[in-house]
Amino acid sequence: MGRFLLQRLAQIVPTLFFVSLLIFGLQQLLPGDPAVAMAGEDRDPETIRYLREKFHLDEPLPVRYWYWLSGVAHGDLGESVRIQKPVLDLILEKLPVTLQLASMAIVIALLIGVTAGVISAVKKDTWLDYAANVFALWGLSTPNFWLGILLILLFAVNLGWLPASGYVSPFEDLKGNLAAMIMPAFVLGNAFASILMRHTRSAMLQVLSSDYVRTARAKGLNERVVVLKHALRNALIPVITLGALSFGELLGGTVLTETIFSIPGFGKLVVDAVFNRDYSVVQGVVLCTATAYITLNLLADVAYFLVNPRLRV
Amino acid sequence: MVAFFVAIALAAPFLAPQDPLATSWSAVRAAPSAANWFGADELGRDVLSRVIWGTRASILAGVVSVTIALALGVPIGMLAGYAGGWLDALLSRITDAMLACPFLILAIALAAFLGPSLTNAMIAIGVSATPVFIRLTRAQVLSAKSEEYVEAARALGNPHLRIALRHIFPNIVAPLIVQATLAIAAAVIAEASLSFLGLGQQPPAPSWGSMLNTAKNYIDQAPWMAIWPGLSIFLLVLSFNLLGDGLRDALDPRHK
Repeated sequence: MGRFLLQRLAQIVPTLFFVSLLIFGLQQLLPGDPAVAMAGEDRDPETIRYLREKFHLDEPLPVRYWYWLSGVAHGDLGESVRIQKPVLDLILEKLPVTLQLASMAIVIALLIGVTAGVISAVKKDTWLDYAANVFALWGLSTPNFWLGILLILLFAVNLGWLPASGYVSPFEDLKGNLAAMIMPAFVLGNAFASILMRHTRSAMLQVLSSDYVRTARAKGLNERVVVLKHALRNALIPVITLGALSFGELLGGTVLTETIFSIPGFGKLVVDAVFNRDYSVVQGVVLCTATAYITLNLLADVAYFLVNPRLRV
Repeated sequence: MVAFFVAIALAAPFLAPQDPLATSWSAVRAAPSAANWFGADELGRDVLSRVIWGTRASILAGVVSVTIALALGVPIGMLAGYAGGWLDALLSRITDAMLACPFLILAIALAAFLGPSLTNAMIAIGVSATPVFIRLTRAQVLSAKSEEYVEAARALGNPHLRIALRHIFPNIVAPLIVQATLAIAAAVIAEASLSFLGLGQQPPAPSWGSMLNTAKNYIDQAPWMAIWPGLSIFLLVLSFNLLGDGLRDALDPRHK
């Protein structure tokens, strides 16, 4: 286990190094003088001088990278030039909202995706299987911002059951919070559910044709026990790993979902930063999502190692 | 279905009943009627004509960005897989780093730094989609490299470039075509997403994403402004997904 962890950690270090190069390199894409671009329409010479000094723009590129990397290593992701707050503070402030949204989306996706995947595999080549496949294609082909608009039209405008947008803290009003979050969570979880459904179906089909499932059936076990206890438990191992790999798409989806439903989370932060030319915030958000993705993949690998005895031999 | 959309994109000037940019104050947010089959938008522009012209931006964005991803990803993946050793390790770590940044967030960041325009959106989407092609090509080359026909070509004294281009490449094209088709579907959604956020096609030029961005402000008064462009994105993406699935079934024996 220790050797496996060390090997995985050794792979992560160069990946993180290249992630840092990539994110630092983003700033070099700004056309013309980066200080002028960051100053925006203001273009006050004092602001430009301040930005040039702050980001060491007169220094050679490797020196600038070193300053930036040292800052990041000490938890300093820079400062928002618009809100005048440290980027890390802004991200930590918005993170709980996005985490709540993402967690609710994952629960919805697991409930729909895994259930549909199991039914589709057990009832292979029946109308239920075809319906589940149509659902998966629907989920993968529907832009979530369009689905969001349609749900607002139905549940907020026509039926008046749910608020069209906005956010209430769960500590202030739990019912109001759930009412405001259920539509965005469904929108975000929809595509993820389709991915999980496809993975679950494929893993279940493989497991259902294996020898130990045949043995369980031959022993006269109830079909429900065979499917849920013997087959699903094993089929879920690769599904969880593949689900972790799709986490990045879920994070990408929060950008659009939070914009449509005006949820003040991580995704909306990056969109606002893009339009305010707040490039440090954009870099900070990309760095945090990439680090979260790498960490999650490491955890998924460790979990896979722990639950799969064949890897421990 | 893909051919249907390509035909619409090519014949847009002949199919669109009105000028997609022509405003009409008498038709502001007009409901669907004989004059405006899909209704009119907040400036009285014909939604059907804008949807037809918007097909061009979506298909162009899908095809051009995947072409960029292929042009960058396939040579790098072939180099990594064929050369092996430290070069493979280096290129694989760079690919891992790119894959660690979520596709849409990386595309948004790139489009934000490059500046909002359809061209920059296509570049941003293409670059963000590149690592998938690097990884796929590398895996395919690694598997093909140990095949007997490659060893025979090597034994005959063929130079490396010839082996890679004449012997390996034709044998790894099939999975690349399947992935490219599915990537076009993802690129169409990504372009619509960037345009929805104001980072893609700039107004007044018609784009399904930017039409939806405007439509969300009038959802209670003019829902037709949102329904048609969204349905078009859905159908185009669905077509490419179905084509990709069909090609995979046809070209990959494991899916038969």
